[in-house]
Amino acid sequence: MAMTNDRNSTSSDIKRRGQLGIIWRQYRKNTLAMVGLIVFLLLVCVAVFSPVFLDYQNDIILMNNKIRLQAPSAEHILGTDQYGRDILFRIIWGSRVSLVVGLFTVGVALLVGGIIGAISGYYGSVIDNFLMRIMDVFLAMPATIMAVAIVGALGPGLINLLIAMSIARIPQFARVVRSSVISICGQEFVEAARACGTKDFRIIMRHILPNCVGPIVVQCTLHMATTILGVAGLSFIGLGIQAPVPEWGSMLSEARDFMQTNFNMMLYPGIAIVIAVLSLNLIGDGLRDALDPRLKK
Amino acid sequence: MCDILIETRDLKKYFNTSRGLLHAVDGVNLTINKGNTLGVVGESGCGKSTLGRLVLRLLEPTEGKIYYDGQCISNYSRSKMDKMRTKMQIIFQDPNASLNPRMTISEIIAEPIKVCKTIRDSRERDKKVSELMDTVGLAKRFINSYPHEMDGGRRQRIGVARALALDPEFIVCDEPVSALDVSIQAQILNLLMDLQDERRLSYMFVTHDLSVVKHISDEIMVMYLGQCVERTSSDELFLNPIHPYTQALLAAIPVPDLITARNSKRINIRGEVTSPIDPKPGCRFSARCPYATEECTGEDIMLKEVSPGHWVACTRCK
Amino acid sequence: MEDAILNINDLYVEYVTDDARIFAVNGLDLVLFKGETLGLVGETGAGKTTTALSVMQLLPERTGVIKKGSIKLDGVEITKATENKMRGIRGDNVSMVFQDPMTSLNPTITVGEQIAEVLVLHKKYSTKAEIDNRVDEIMKMVRLQPERKNEYPHQLSGGMKQRIVIAIALACEPKLLLADEPTTALDVTIQAQVLELMRELKEKINTSMILITHDLGIVAQACDKVAIMYAGEIIEGGTVEDIFLAKNHHPYTVGLFNSIPNLTSKASRLQPIAGLMPDPTDLPSGCNFSTRCPNCMEICKEKKPPKFIRNGHMIRCHLFNKSFAGEEDHSCVIY
Repeated sequence: MAMTNDRNSTSSDIKRRGQLGIIWRQYRKNTLAMVGLIVFLLLVCVAVFSPVFLDYQNDIILMNNKIRLQAPSAEHILGTDQYGRDILFRIIWGSRVSLVVGLFTVGVALLVGGIIGAISGYYGSVIDNFLMRIMDVFLAMPATIMAVAIVGALGPGLINLLIAMSIARIPQFARVVRSSVISICGQEFVEAARACGTKDFRIIMRHILPNCVGPIVVQCTLHMATTILGVAGLSFIGLGIQAPVPEWGSMLSEARDFMQTNFNMMLYPGIAIVIAVLSLNLIGDGLRDALDPRLKK
Repeated sequence: MCDILIETRDLKKYFNTSRGLLHAVDGVNLTINKGNTLGVVGESGCGKSTLGRLVLRLLEPTEGKIYYDGQCISNYSRSKMDKMRTKMQIIFQDPNASLNPRMTISEIIAEPIKVCKTIRDSRERDKKVSELMDTVGLAKRFINSYPHEMDGGRRQRIGVARALALDPEFIVCDEPVSALDVSIQAQILNLLMDLQDERRLSYMFVTHDLSVVKHISDEIMVMYLGQCVERTSSDELFLNPIHPYTQALLAAIPVPDLITARNSKRINIRGEVTSPIDPKPGCRFSARCPYATEECTGEDIMLKEVSPGHWVACTRCK
Repeated sequence: MEDAILNINDLYVEYVTDDARIFAVNGLDLVLFKGETLGLVGETGAGKTTTALSVMQLLPERTGVIKKGSIKLDGVEITKATENKMRGIRGDNVSMVFQDPMTSLNPTITVGEQIAEVLVLHKKYSTKAEIDNRVDEIMKMVRLQPERKNEYPHQLSGGMKQRIVIAIALACEPKLLLADEPTTALDVTIQAQVLELMRELKEKINTSMILITHDLGIVAQACDKVAIMYAGEIIEGGTVEDIFLAKNHHPYTVGLFNSIPNLTSKASRLQPIAGLMPDPTDLPSGCNFSTRCPNCMEICKEKKPPKFIRNGHMIRCHLFNKSFAGEEDHSCVIY
């Protein structure tokens, strides 16, 4: 027993385009967003492939007082710093540091915040209240001051830096995931899953979270941007990445003493920070617009 | 040998709101026989959708008992209830919201089978999915499509296929055709009726559309503000509606017939539906009823059997 | 044709997207005179809402395009009208009531202010007192207590909201009212109230109305003339008597009537129309309904059927080639 409708249907091949395809096409139309994406991808390439061209010992941290504080030239395209190190090479290497810290921080914050947000949003009532009030406590503290306090207490170093930066971001991810989960929970397909006796864990992992990807991805890109800024800030005051590892913020800090004579030492790391943060912001905004069905025209 | 599949006794669901206690479903007794369809009719706010979910225990009843094939399921534990779910399924109203946009058609239909592990072998499962798509009239080429690529009628067929995946005995149909065009409605209704004949399914068909419910129901229950005001066989309800609300409901339906439209006595009930929050005792329809008297606002009105199989809750029926 | 309130001639409307061109309206002709109510019937995708939006010049800016044809509102050609001119016309000469009362009203402004807004925009009254009086009058007209004008939309029920929307639409006593499925989102008892109200007001103000619906029952109750749309064209048109009582009909109309569950019939199985409406980006050559028509002939797949008219009743179908031939009367009531 079957209805004959589809057999008689003469419509041509169904256009098989998944949702990702639709989102990508929307994204592509936004010129600024594409610029941001291309720039960021270039940055990633530079960061990933730099060890091929640069040697850490010789190019990045080797000091050479004979060529210190040189202006930009053919040999040192952006000049050298107060220890004779090529500024351009240090900026390139610094991108590795920023990106790694950014990725790890966002990854950890997403994982922990995501779990908290999902549980909070799905179960609601007492659990939700309890978890969100804890998150509120963390949100109430200014992120930078909290990071300073943690690093100050635990001591400077990469791991402690990651801990400090992640903790500040966990509540924000928790909130975003929670509100996405709550809005999806009300949809009938979640009820349908319950109607077959699906266990909670499977409902969250299979039905709810895959539909929250959009807002979460936007948050990730925007938080990468703020993390890079945050690391630069901490390094600037000496609590972040320690010398001699190049990091844009610490490069800025070191350049303070030479601001009047060698402005290039301060300018270029600053530009690097702006480019990285701006491109990530453009990606995040572009994604947010592409994901909003109402803006599709 | 008992023929009753579903029975509820004094089923109630109250919600706590900031303004008071919302009586969504307030003391409903119903029975559904095996292979039969109970149509539950009413307008928005009457509690019919809540009732459908209560019977499946997708919402927990505040009070009252639910019986499935003689066993009381209202106090089953979560795991015991999950095992019952293979027998009781639901088809939703909104073909857009009831399908996970991230899953393909075959994944959606296979999901209940995977969860309940009724078929463990993946090839057997694929075969079953294929059979189900065939049963509901979906072409094989859609097997890897996504819901957003299909129109409302096809999406609703997927909902039907999903409900059938576990070979249930009872299906709650929550306004399954309200969101569809007229010609597609007819296709889905025919499908549901054919399936009922073939598989001896029982339905609780919830809808606001009286013309739809007449075709598919054996018995019809009219609800108003959480209570049943009239219950009888499908034919009898249309031939002889007794409760003033039922009469007004029938009279309000625009009939696609010119002579009827021009000559029919229009019973326009005045006013709007009163609030379901902390309702006063007495008949809840009395504020809008053209025949209301003092007696109607005194005590709660009980359902009385005015003729065999025809129950009405109205003071006019002595 | 000079005294027609609305005169649509050979209208073609498309939606242009990245993927494809959607042929929403394909050669529509329509005429409406003073005081008439036309029921525009069809299923989803037939092009009814697109037609109404074209009359209001409210098609989506980037994608909706009027490719061809003319729309004359009270003698004024509006397809070429500037936005400024249209702003003066909308609300004053022509108004629209949309389907969903929940989203048609601004939730942050009181309902009284929203009614007053349209009066102020079209400079109907000069003093605040006059405007207030008129708002009270209008609220009474739609059977709401004037005291409620200071309430916000969320404080009103669905039926009441729709009445406010109707009040706003009729505030300036427009010559033409477009109602796009005004009662679909409402309960059937409230629907009856709202339709009754619209009928009364229409008679009082002598407005012409186009009632867009898929419900033939509403058409029987509320309309004088009917136009049935399918895939962007009107395939049958005539008075309401023609559509409900005449012997001859377009096969789609027959299918529509058969798919409706009839309260009075004893038939146990419904007769749906097989298949689906054709993809509007890829319409069939020949008759648009040929893919689903039980009476499809060879000529239907090749040639578009012309309009066959008898006594004002128009059917666009090759089946009526012979039976309607040789008729003297070539005018149809709907254009």
